[in-house]
Amino acid sequence: MINIIYRLKSPKFFEEAIEEVNLDDVLVRPIYLSICQADQRYYQGSRPSEILARKLPMALIHEAVGEVVSDSKNIFKAGDKVVMIPNTPFGEDICRANYSKHSKFRGSGFDGFTSDLVSLNHDRLVKIPEDFNLKVSSFIELMTVAYQGIMKFSNINCVSKDRLGVWGDGNLGYITSLFLKVLYPDSKIIVFGKHSENLNLFSFADEIYMIHDIPDSLDIDHGFECVGSQASQSAIEQIIDLINPQGTINLFGVSEYPIPINTRMILEKGITVQGNSRSEREDFEGVVDILQDNPQLFSYLSKLITNICEVKSIDDLKLAFDKDYISKFGKTILKWEI
Amino acid sequence: MIFAAILAGGIGSRMGGTDTPKQFLTLGDKPVIIHTIEKFVINSRFDKILVLVPQSFINHTINLISEFIKDNNNIVVLKGGQTRNNTIMNAISYIDDNFDIDDDSIIVTHDSVRPFVTHRIIEDNIAFAAKFGACDTVVPASDTIVESVDGELIKNIPLRDNFYQGQTPQSFKINKLAKLISSLNEDEINILTDACKIFVLNGEDVVLVDGEITNIKITYPYDLKLANTILKGIEND
Repeated sequence: MINIIYRLKSPKFFEEAIEEVNLDDVLVRPIYLSICQADQRYYQGSRPSEILARKLPMALIHEAVGEVVSDSKNIFKAGDKVVMIPNTPFGEDICRANYSKHSKFRGSGFDGFTSDLVSLNHDRLVKIPEDFNLKVSSFIELMTVAYQGIMKFSNINCVSKDRLGVWGDGNLGYITSLFLKVLYPDSKIIVFGKHSENLNLFSFADEIYMIHDIPDSLDIDHGFECVGSQASQSAIEQIIDLINPQGTINLFGVSEYPIPINTRMILEKGITVQGNSRSEREDFEGVVDILQDNPQLFSYLSKLITNICEVKSIDDLKLAFDKDYISKFGKTILKWEI
Repeated sequence: MIFAAILAGGIGSRMGGTDTPKQFLTLGDKPVIIHTIEKFVINSRFDKILVLVPQSFINHTINLISEFIKDNNNIVVLKGGQTRNNTIMNAISYIDDNFDIDDDSIIVTHDSVRPFVTHRIIEDNIAFAAKFGACDTVVPASDTIVESVDGELIKNIPLRDNFYQGQTPQSFKINKLAKLISSLNEDEINILTDACKIFVLNGEDVVLVDGEITNIKITYPYDLKLANTILKGIEND
């Protein structure tokens, strides 16, 4: 079947493209999509030029919920609300598929979700309950990244998990802190940031600190870095400084530049550093379960929504990206009506 | 109930150089009409998809559908009429004979030669026809419209902002459409080639659905060449 895809041709320039899609898979109509920093880096042209040259034209956006239009195998019913999994394995591997060289990621290795319809394999969809807030659900993918990092952390046998520190007062820091609060109700969740207006939203956290104003006696058992870019250097430095021996540091923040790390202190404290990127089906199922079991999370998560943009044309899509770019905090949600 | 009528009654006199109607020419690796039907087959809201073709192409169309469309129980191929309105009336007669419809039942009529119609446009047509009774898919006019009556001199250049180019689908409440078409005399049927115009001339509201510039109509050989280029262009990117 012929499908219309809205691709970024070059920075700040979208175009319609037409492609045939297979009717053997599931066809999904996107309802709400959410812009990620990674999309914004392509849109602004801030990725290295050789990467832009190799990857564009490409449809952006890897966070989205949609409605099933048709399923040749009748596993899904038309009208089912689903969250779409952007990571797509193209071969077997012994590692998790989100770290596999044989996987491609939507909006990075191949087309993202900005199209009239999206054709996906059955295992790339997770049904969501009818009563889920779809605007919040549009960024379930971002939640799954936090979730899979927390799950990996959970599997580490460590002495104490009493004091969990989260660095970063942006979207991922907020979600990671919130999920830690739900998954570790007996631990103290301590958030470190540098924007007081953002930190004010973290009302569920046990302690909140500005990064330049930390008491001398403060320590943490484990740290979650949700900062990214060059600022992740000072965040990691501070975590290493405050962490108790044999703690773990989970890294989430993406940087275009290599970040120097004080390995001497990592050795001295016996610290484990764990990298986290993307997510897989079990993480999506895990997040859907958490949201179903803790419906109060929707009101917390809806605080992250700062823009809702109706997209009826390519110009609207551009406007949404421009609006997102000047927003200092929160998620831009696209109501997909193109 | 909701029906789709894919109108392929025409014999493509403007296509030139070929005896095959344009809807049966190949776009990519399938006939144009198959691409168009697929857009409706994936939409489970249609109770029946009616494909109306010239008498001599009925068997050919049935064969193409069984060759290319696996899930084809919902499709019926019918004979089109001499004019667009006759074709629509044939569709309505079939619906009347085979289904128990009510005043809220809807027909989405679509040119078989517009294979690039989107799922969103079809959904909007269903929603708007249900709410307002009739709707027409349009895009704002991009070229200046020039009016001439004698084909030699400009009579008027109207304000472009008020003008749109009509695409399809056009969608209607079936009973209302049937009533309006049956009230036309023979001359009016021949002149009023656009079903929406019949509504407008009878003082009925027809609301606009946003079309897409990509929803092109394959009318001339150039259009088919362009459509094939657009489709293949992806592989070359």
